[in-house]
Formats: sequence, C-alpha cells, structure tokens
Amino acid sequence: MTPVLEIDDLRITYRGSRGEIPAVRGISLRLEPGDTLGLAGESGCGKSTVAGAVLRLLPVGTDVTGRIVLDGEDVLAMSFGRLRAVRWAGASIVFQGAMHSLNPVQRIARQIAEPIVLHEGLSADAAEKRAVELMSQVGLPAWRARSYPHQLSGGQRQRVMIAMALACSPKLIIADEATTALDVMIQAQVLTLIKKLVAERNIALIMISHDLSVLADTCARLAVMYAGKLVEQGPSNEVFADARHPYARALSAAFPTVGDPAERRNPHGLAGDPPDPSALPTGCSFHPRCPVAMNECATATVELRRAREDWQAACLRVEEVA
Amino acid sequence: MSGDATNERSGRQSEERAQPPAEQARNGARPENMNDGTAAPMLSARDLAVQFTAPGGRVARAVDGVNLDLRPGEILALAGESGCGKTTLARTLLGLERPTAGTVSYGGSALRYSTKALKRYRRAVQLVLQDPTGALNPRHTVYDAVAEGLRIHRVHDNERDRVADALSRAGLRPPEKFFLTYPHELSGGQRQRVVIAGALVLEPQIIIADEPVASLDASVRGEILALIMRLRDELGLAAIVVTHDLGLAWNIADRIAVMYLGRIVEEGPVDRVLTEPRHPYTRALVSVLPNSPVPEPVVLSGEPPDATEVPGGCRFHPRCQVLASGLAEQAGVADACRRTDLPVLSAETRRPPDTAGDPGQSAAGDTGSRVACHYAHATTASPA
Amino acid sequence: MSGDGTSERSGRRSEERAQPPAEQARSGAQPTSMSGEEPATVNGDANTTGGNGSGTAKLRSARSIVWARRRAALAGFWRLYRVQGAGMAGLGILVAITLITLLAPLYSDESELRASNAPGGRMESPSTEFWFGTDQVGRSILTMVIWGARVSLQVGLVAALLAVTLGTLIGMAAAHFGGWISWLLMRLTDWFIVLPNLVLAIALVIALGPSKVTIIVAIALTSWASTARVVRAQTMAIEGRPYLERAQALGAGHWHQMTRHVLPNLMPLVLASATLQVSSAILAEASLSFLGLGGPEMSWGTILERAFSAGAISVGAWWYMLPPGLAILLVVLAFTLCGRAMEVVLNPRLRGN
Repeated sequence: MTPVLEIDDLRITYRGSRGEIPAVRGISLRLEPGDTLGLAGESGCGKSTVAGAVLRLLPVGTDVTGRIVLDGEDVLAMSFGRLRAVRWAGASIVFQGAMHSLNPVQRIARQIAEPIVLHEGLSADAAEKRAVELMSQVGLPAWRARSYPHQLSGGQRQRVMIAMALACSPKLIIADEATTALDVMIQAQVLTLIKKLVAERNIALIMISHDLSVLADTCARLAVMYAGKLVEQGPSNEVFADARHPYARALSAAFPTVGDPAERRNPHGLAGDPPDPSALPTGCSFHPRCPVAMNECATATVELRRAREDWQAACLRVEEVA
Repeated sequence: MSGDATNERSGRQSEERAQPPAEQARNGARPENMNDGTAAPMLSARDLAVQFTAPGGRVARAVDGVNLDLRPGEILALAGESGCGKTTLARTLLGLERPTAGTVSYGGSALRYSTKALKRYRRAVQLVLQDPTGALNPRHTVYDAVAEGLRIHRVHDNERDRVADALSRAGLRPPEKFFLTYPHELSGGQRQRVVIAGALVLEPQIIIADEPVASLDASVRGEILALIMRLRDELGLAAIVVTHDLGLAWNIADRIAVMYLGRIVEEGPVDRVLTEPRHPYTRALVSVLPNSPVPEPVVLSGEPPDATEVPGGCRFHPRCQVLASGLAEQAGVADACRRTDLPVLSAETRRPPDTAGDPGQSAAGDTGSRVACHYAHATTASPA
Repeated sequence: MSGDGTSERSGRRSEERAQPPAEQARSGAQPTSMSGEEPATVNGDANTTGGNGSGTAKLRSARSIVWARRRAALAGFWRLYRVQGAGMAGLGILVAITLITLLAPLYSDESELRASNAPGGRMESPSTEFWFGTDQVGRSILTMVIWGARVSLQVGLVAALLAVTLGTLIGMAAAHFGGWISWLLMRLTDWFIVLPNLVLAIALVIALGPSKVTIIVAIALTSWASTARVVRAQTMAIEGRPYLERAQALGAGHWHQMTRHVLPNLMPLVLASATLQVSSAILAEASLSFLGLGGPEMSWGTILERAFSAGAISVGAWWYMLPPGLAILLVVLAFTLCGRAMEVVLNPRLRGN
C-alpha cells in the first residue's frame, strides 16, 4: 500500500530579523490510510511548522529541505496549481480558532461548498446540497446552513471547519489544536466525531496538541517533539502510560488521570522552559531540564533509538528509564 | 488619602506580619481536618445572584443562587463549562462585580462596597488571571508589576525587600535578576509567577485564580500548580481555583464545586465528587476524561443554554442522560425533574444529624458531597 | 519536604537572605516522579531567561530602577526613529528652524521691524543685502519671516498642547466613566467635530478680541475633538486589557489606573497626535492672521495678510508672498513627517512585517 504521507528528514529553518531559526531539525514520519498519529509537544517545538510544511503553508523564504511525499507526490516539488488542488482534495488542515478562519459575512453552507465548486467542478447548488449533507455528518442541523459564523457557538464553528476539511474527501486530515479552545464536553463531541469519520472513511489523521491525554485517547500512535526533533514515537497507550523519553514522561504526567491516587494532590511539572530555538543547548537539547541527565548528554548526539518493536525514543538511557 | 490613614494601615500591616503564618497553615492545610466544619469560613457567599442585562433587554442570570464557603488553608476548585457563571462568581467574590442579591462575607462580616472597604478587602483577597501575558502591563518591569500592589496600598517601607521576597516565594530566583526584566522577555510560566508574586506581595489570606494554567505550556503547568499548593502549605493561603479542567482539581484541590448555568449542582471533597459523581452532569463531565474512573463515557449532546434562557424545573433536565434514559421515570422523579426547580445547595459542609434527611441538604450519607438532583435524592434516600 | 534539602540548598545560595520556606518551595518543584540516582539540579526558570544583560546590575533603590527603565525605553525609541529617513529629515528641519528662531536676537535686529526703522526702500526685489526683498515700507522680508516664526511656532505649539491635553482628558473621562458622563462628553465632541472649525475660530476671536492669547484659545477650542475621539477609543481598548482588571483587583482606584496604566499606554498616540496637531494649529493661525484676525505681533500669517493688502500680487512682488508661504509649508511638513515617524515607531502595526 502506498503511504498517504511520508516525511523524510524534514528540516525547516525560518529566516527572521534575528537570523536563522531552526524550527524543525530532521523529522521522519509515515502514515498509511487509516493511521492516526498524535503529534505532541509544547509551543515552539515545531509541531505546527511540520503541519504547515505538508501543505506548503509556511511563510515565503522559509528554508525547507528533506522530502514530503503526499499520496505519491512530492509536495516540495509541486507546481502551485497542483498544490492548490492538493490542499483540499489531498490533505486539509483544521486549525485552532475557527472564528478567524471563517468568512464572517458568508453563510456557512456557501463556505463549505466553496472548495467543492473549485475542486470538483460542481454547480453551486449541487455543492451546497453536498455541504448540507456534510453538515449533518458532523452533527450540525440542516437549518444551520443559512446561518452566519457569528450565530454559531465555538463548538459548532469547529464542526463547520471539520465539514470544510472533509468537503473534498481528502486522504489526510491534519487537526492542529483543533479542540484545544473547546469545553470538555464539546471537545468530547468533536473528538468522537473525528474518530468516527476517520474510521468510516479510512482517512489518515495527524492530530496536533500539547495535551498528551487527548492524543492518546484519539490516536493509535504518538509522536512527541522537543526543540524541532522527535524524541519519542510509539503506540499511544504505551507511550502515554510508560514513556521512554524523560520529556515525554513529563508531558504525560502533566495531565493527570482523574481517579489515580498517585496523582492526587501531586502535580508534576518540569522545571525550566523550552529552549530558545535560535540558541539550542549542545548535545541532547533536553539535557538542561532533564531530571536523569548524565554528563554525556551534554555532548552526545542523540538520535531516535529503538526501544521496542515499533517504538523509538531519543534518549541515551532508553534502556534503563522506567 | 491622609497621612493618618497611611500610618494606621502600615501599623495594621506589621501586626499581620507578626502572626506566624505557618501556624495558620498547619491548621488549615491538613486535608483530614478540612471538611470537619470546625474552622470558621474565611470567605463565604450566601444566596448570591448576579444578573446582567443582555442586549435586547433580556436578563442573563450569570450566577443564580450560590452558597459557598472557603475555609482557611483550603483549595477549592470551581469547575464547569464556559458560560456556567464560574468566572462571574469568582469576580463577585473578589468584589469586582456587585451581586444583584445575596451577600459575600469575609471573616464573618458582610462585604461593603464603599471604595475604602473594598480597598481594604482587596489587600486580603488577591486575583490571579488566566493569561499572564495580558495580566502584565507590557510597559512595566517585573519590579513595577510586583510592587504595584504595595504602591496602591501605600506600603512604602522595605519595598525592595518585599518585592524580592515575593518573587522568590513565587519561584523566581534570584529575584534581583528579574527586577528590570520586561514581561515579553519572560516565558509564560515565568510571567504567571510574576503575577502570583504580585498577589503575594500584599500578604493576602486568599488567592482567587481564574484558570491559572490554561494558557501555559504543559510542562510548566505542574510547576505552577505545585507553587499554589506550596503557598497553601507554607503561608496558609486559601485558594479558589476556577477551572474547566477536572484534572487540575484532582491535582491540587481539596474540595470541588461543579457549576451549571449559574448554580452549583454538586459540591464536596474532590476524592468523592470525581470518583463517585452523583449529579448526572458531573458524571458526564468525568466520564469523558481519558481513563475516566466512570466506566461508560456519556457525551452530552448540544451545548448549555444561554444564561438568559434558564430552563424550568431542574435546569439540567433538557440535556440530562438520566432523564432521557428513563431512569428518572423509574425512580418516580421524572415529573419533578421537568417541573420542580431544586433548592439552592446550602453551604453547610457538616450537617447536624437531624437534617440528614432534608432533600435540600441531600442525603449524602458519609460522602460529604452535596448534590442538587431529584434523582440522586430519590435514589440515595431510599434504602438500597 | 525535608530539612536536609533546605540547608543544602541555602548553602548553595549563600548570597541570598536565608529564606527557609522559599527554599523549601524550590525543592518541591522537582519532578518527584522521575527520580534519578542523584537529586536533580533544578536550574529552572531562574537561570534560563532573565539574563538579557539587564538584571545583573546591582540596583539599590526603586528610583534607580525606574530611571534605568526610562533610559532604556528612550534609547529604544531613538533606535527605531533613527532609521526612518523622512522622520529624520523632518527632525532636521525642525532643529534648524528652532535654532534660527531662538538665535534670532544674536544676528538680527528686532527694531528693524518697526516701520520707522526700516532699513531698505519700498518693495525692493531680492538682492544681496535683502535676500527676500523688502515690503511696502522697506523692511526686510527675511527679518520679518525670522521674527514671525517665533509667533507662529509659539501659537502652534501652545495651541496644539492645549488642544491635545483637553482632548485627552475628555476622551479618557468619556471612556473611563461611561454612563451619562460619557454620553454627554461624546455628544459635545461630535458637536465640535461637525462644526466648521475655521468659522467657529473666527467667531471666537471676534468675540474675544484679536490677540495672541485669543488665537491660541480659539484654535485649541476648535481642534481638541478629534483627539478626544481617538483617545476615547484607545482608552476603551486599554481598559479591556487584563492588566487593568488585575490592578483593579489589587485595589487600584481611578487615579492609579489612569496614571499608571492608561495614560502611559496612551502617550504614544497622544504624542504623535500632538505633533500632527501642531501642523494644523500653525495653519489655523496663518488662516486667522491672513483674515486679519491676528494680534499686533507679526506672524507668518500676518505677513501674508499684509502682502495681500499691500497689493503684492498686483505689483508682482512674489518675494513678499513666497517666503512666509514656504516657511509655513516647511514647518507643517516637518511636523507632519515627525508625527508620522513617531506613529510608526510607537505603533508596531504600521512598521510593516
């Protein structure tokens, strides 16, 4: 089977007024149809940059090397026209903050229909009919089709975004913090919906969040990023329960399991702050914050190491940790 | 402000300083003693209601009858979805919003809303906001931000030492290093520490934190929560933490009050409420958590109604899974659910034995949690 | 939290005052779940940032901190201003004009402005002696323009200052107090905005009697309204920020909120607006003087008026009209360039990228 997405040694460098900032420093990923991958990490770790690179949504002048193959086509070599087609039909992104992504003066059915008209050449009426179908699939009543974005609640707007993402039957959906701003119950509704759609349509899903517990709940595999690199990759439940990389461990401990007596009155945090991407520490970039760092960690180059079948972590102590 | 007033204030202040705060902490911080009701509440709300006039003349009942007590050294979580009135309640407890009905009392006496009384009150009760980036004036250095409270309350002696002390208590050390820093030069976690230091510098009794970690990075979150717990242990600070995140409550709170549409629907010790939720709404909230202690996930459909359209009967009944599944019918309360509004939960944590059967108090048995639900009342009151 | 940990740590930070509870706090911050073989050294938040070279200085008092902060802010402003060509050109012109004006008594004789003491012949065209020629009584136009600058600039600056102060106060009050006060102030503002400024100023000057002071008052009274509108909008934006809520929760009264938070954040806007306001005040002064409503002192507007009434146009005495006209243009341009440059520096959104 051809993978839906294959990323190979992706490196992305932003050019800003303060010089070059390496945001992504060598990442490889692979998704088959129906695969669900949770990409976790803190703000500034490069996770959204990866998402943007897949559809070439990064600012002009950003330096991208490596290979991104989307459904057999090299994204970085694509013509702009082809790219526009791929942006809806091949892969689509659901961003956080749906309010800002929707046109405030257009009825929502029209907005959902727009990519269908553009990419599948349907008439406006036929496309709007499709849009209403899509809306019912994401749990929005048909009469909402004639509403404007401001008449919807946050959860409903996020559903509109998902309906738009589904409009051209993409093979890959990237949800970038798509549920972060929502209430627990609405988040549960949207996550249930995403899970259902992914399973029904055999779509590949990359879900990006800082909340490891949500990712573990929704996705089959987890990848944790720190300072532009993958530090751990493996099956969700195992990684969440028993991460090999100390950073992934800290991240999974940050969101407690309610009902677990060990975490009652015992918040876990990690001292220090994420590193400044323009001045990364030497060796393992996590070593200044690492609770189990050794002298070697400050100098050694640490790449992903095999922890178990289908499970890697970038830590010198991958064998002993845990 | 006359010179007299200033002297008086700083005199009072040094008295306060003289009390060993640790002593207080010992009493308050023992979770075992927390719910025995022996300590008098520091801060309490009685039948509190706050209404706003929405555009179009409709009245939004943001807070619609709340009784709440905060005891010394206690961390209380105020949980609920956005729009449930938890932030309005917190602002009212801070005196930033005036209640339409009911009272807020601090130290046993009702809060007065004169400028002077409020100013005195605000020395004792401090606010920590959700977004530390917005809560700090970008033009003020860390020093100015922390010293602001001192300047407002005209505490001029040892300003520098007090600021340094507050910063190091909040975990920014050495404090001198941060004096001249601007907020934009700090990380999110550090900014929140500055906000907390700004609250600590006035040596308050209570901190009210509105989603204190919601805008922070995951790894920093635990650090800030640990800080709030430490402040309780060391200084005997009581805290109300407003949050939508039940994990946060599980992490640090002693007691939790779950709000829905302006009312507290369930309240009690965190260990009870979150492991054996009795209100269907709490149950649903807990059930959708990852690895939830409640087995079946209940994803409520729809969203909470607007505070301008509070449903009649039990305010949760249109979304209630217990009513929808017919369980309420079997227990014979379906009619009550649709028609009879529930009494406002009282704040008495410990009930004298003779009121144990009072449905308003809810027959909670030994759980110590109180719940505003016809079904829960009916099923717990009946044997088996 | 053990006592051992406490002593161990405070030893490490001997330069600090002994703070057992705070130190304890530190050790609690360690992620206890991930116990390594040795107690992890928490270099934590304190060490990772905060350096930036700023905080290391030993600062004794709050006052020195305040001053250091202001110096830094000013240096930052200058760094951004300096790179703007137009702004620097405007500033250069202003500095030159200010010097010429202030140093006038050193190189020019004010008594030559009296008609009885006129040095030249009537309506002489430009020559090496009189660079800009002379007027109908033989006074040097150059001398008149130089001395006229004093009045024009003075009126412009003072009137702009008054107008902006008035506008700022009214705008802030309207935003802060709300309710009927706001309603009343904003209706007043609207009224002044829609009234034709020049007509109102003429009426005021006629009613109060022409003099430098009346012109200043008239200009200020007719030009504060736009500032008030902008300031009100900006104040409302600032008051919506969480740090004002925080200040309020700390117990800050109106005065503290206004002086500590709102006004400093308004200053950029107010300063830029004041600079632009100077331009229009100078123009207004010129208009009033040209209409014959100026005081007895000579300003650029007065020179133009005299040129006009002396029939400079019909005799083709371009040198009589052009220098004061160009002077007005130059000063207005310079203030506008400075004002725009300041806006760009103080409002990052205009800075592009």
